[in-house]
Amino acid sequence: MILPDSEGHFGKFGGKYVPETLMKALAELEAAYKKYKKDKDFNEELSYYLRHYAGRPTPLYFAERLSKHYGAKIYLKREDLCHTGAHKINNTIGQALLAKRMRKTRIIAETGAGQHGVATATVAALFGMDCHIYMGEEDTKRQAPNVLRMKLLGAEVIPVFSGSKTLKDAMNEAIRDWVTNVENTFYIIGSVAGPHPYPAMVRDFQIVIGKEVKKQIREEEGRDPDYIVACVGGGSNAIGIFYPFLNTKVELIGVEAAGFGLESGKHGAPLAKGDIGVLHGSMSYVIQDEFGQIEEAHSISAGLDYPGVGPEHSYFKEHGLVSYGSITDKEALRAFDFLSKTEGIIPALESAHAIAYLEKLAPKAKEKLIVVNLSGRGDKDLETVAEILKVKL
Amino acid sequence: MSRIKQKFEQLKKSNNKAFIPYVMGGYPTLDACERLVEILAEQGADIIEIGIPYSDPLADGPTIQKASQVALSHGANTRNIFEMIKSLRKKMDTPLVIMTYYNTIYHYGEKRFAEEAASVGVDGVIVPDLPPEEARSWLTLAKENALDTIFLISPTSSDDRIKKIVSVSSGFVYCVSLTGVTGARKSLPSELSGFLLKIRAQTDKPLAVGFGISSGNLAKEASRLADGIIIGSALMDLIDDSSIEYDKIGKFVKNIKLAIEGS
Repeated sequence: MILPDSEGHFGKFGGKYVPETLMKALAELEAAYKKYKKDKDFNEELSYYLRHYAGRPTPLYFAERLSKHYGAKIYLKREDLCHTGAHKINNTIGQALLAKRMRKTRIIAETGAGQHGVATATVAALFGMDCHIYMGEEDTKRQAPNVLRMKLLGAEVIPVFSGSKTLKDAMNEAIRDWVTNVENTFYIIGSVAGPHPYPAMVRDFQIVIGKEVKKQIREEEGRDPDYIVACVGGGSNAIGIFYPFLNTKVELIGVEAAGFGLESGKHGAPLAKGDIGVLHGSMSYVIQDEFGQIEEAHSISAGLDYPGVGPEHSYFKEHGLVSYGSITDKEALRAFDFLSKTEGIIPALESAHAIAYLEKLAPKAKEKLIVVNLSGRGDKDLETVAEILKVKL
Repeated sequence: MSRIKQKFEQLKKSNNKAFIPYVMGGYPTLDACERLVEILAEQGADIIEIGIPYSDPLADGPTIQKASQVALSHGANTRNIFEMIKSLRKKMDTPLVIMTYYNTIYHYGEKRFAEEAASVGVDGVIVPDLPPEEARSWLTLAKENALDTIFLISPTSSDDRIKKIVSVSSGFVYCVSLTGVTGARKSLPSELSGFLLKIRAQTDKPLAVGFGISSGNLAKEASRLADGIIIGSALMDLIDDSSIEYDKIGKFVKNIKLAIEGS
């Protein structure tokens, strides 16, 4: 069965839980996406920009010293080498090309770590569109370099002061903007979250990661890997790399942020510790209290600091198609440091969660073939890490 | 016959329009809120909407967002707001409608929510992020518990959607005056009358206009082609976080009632 169904459901997850004002915009987006998904010109243009602008295909790099250390054969999918420094650009190019065809001149987006904001501001500059990025006030502080990047790219960055002042609140505010300016505005959602058709559309734009891995690993090793590991906040890089390997023998592992620990109540692991609920227009696992109030997530990595998760991940979890683990702030920091020193690659703190999971996976995966999605690079996290290491920049 | 339906029939007979104020449940406190609802009823509110605060109210502007946060921080929750309604129901016959987001209902348990709401004397619910497509299970439970479910129509709704929404909406139909979030505005869109006529062409159910109405003049304008008007943010703007000046509220309500009389 191909998911989602015609109403955007992955089993009981997904759907469209939005104010009536947006129903027309979602229907238009769905119709446009359906049309252009199969359109030759659209796909050629998308391929062109992915190749010549974003820098695809990204390498699948055999991490020799990391492999030696863990006694397994470890490859890194180098999404950190994409233009703007993370996989997010795959999706923003796709959505911006769609916006252009839908004749929407104004672009809005939410951002947590700032990677999606930068990737959106980048394509808005590339295609000459007016761009407004909502970012939690807390995140504008943690990710100051990305705020400057967005501004340099010509975007307006709007700090959000409501709620926990992080990604979820930025997304609320972006949805409110969309409700208000729906006629001329295209909302580029950065993850496989939000109402239908976003989870499916963003997934489709990120599948390029997994398709490349399939080709590259077969060239290198003549077979599929035994494991694929990726971090999960909203879950777009994970779904992108997992999707072509679903229902195969490859073991797929998503890594959520355990923050201060799963039992601390301060984490970003809705699949491990949340309940089913509705957030930002779709049904999925959500961190919430007994009355359904959404609780604040916590992760050292702003990109994983989100109380929800893409609905298709909830479906994967319920059907055992992907297994999900978690990594604490401390473990992620250790991996951040370790990868920098063993491979000369400074990973994003988000991706450091996937790297850190090797510590748990390797003992039972001796001699196995593992692919880790290195979804982004760590330049944006230098201030966060400097603060922890008590270094003055 | 539901209390809401009865109310609209009464109003129609006397050639009057419904004044439907909205208050955030538990804002600024549960006690103050309960007193506020009583005052509103005394001053002639025809139907009263009571919000259950939600952490992420994405259809709401700054006023209701702030009221939700304050109410939550003062401990308001589904259970104690139901308790408040139970106490109010003993004192008044005014139709009471819950307005909240779907997750507060879903997580509480749709069945439990519907049963408890009905048992404390709630007459209907408005859930701005629950379109008819996602409302099948809720609608069954609401009907079983004799609760009206009031759906929203917006200026962007197509004719097909309007048809669908008016067919499932009970009690009344909530006509969102503008494309945007809740909040007091200085004027209403010029397309409002065309929008209401378009809906009227599809249904005989009562139409209530909400979003943006902030004064007697706008109330009058909005009520002309509808059966009632809803005022939330402008009313909440009169309340500060710690106390309510009930005199000020009384005056505001009187002014609105006067403005829509016989319109």
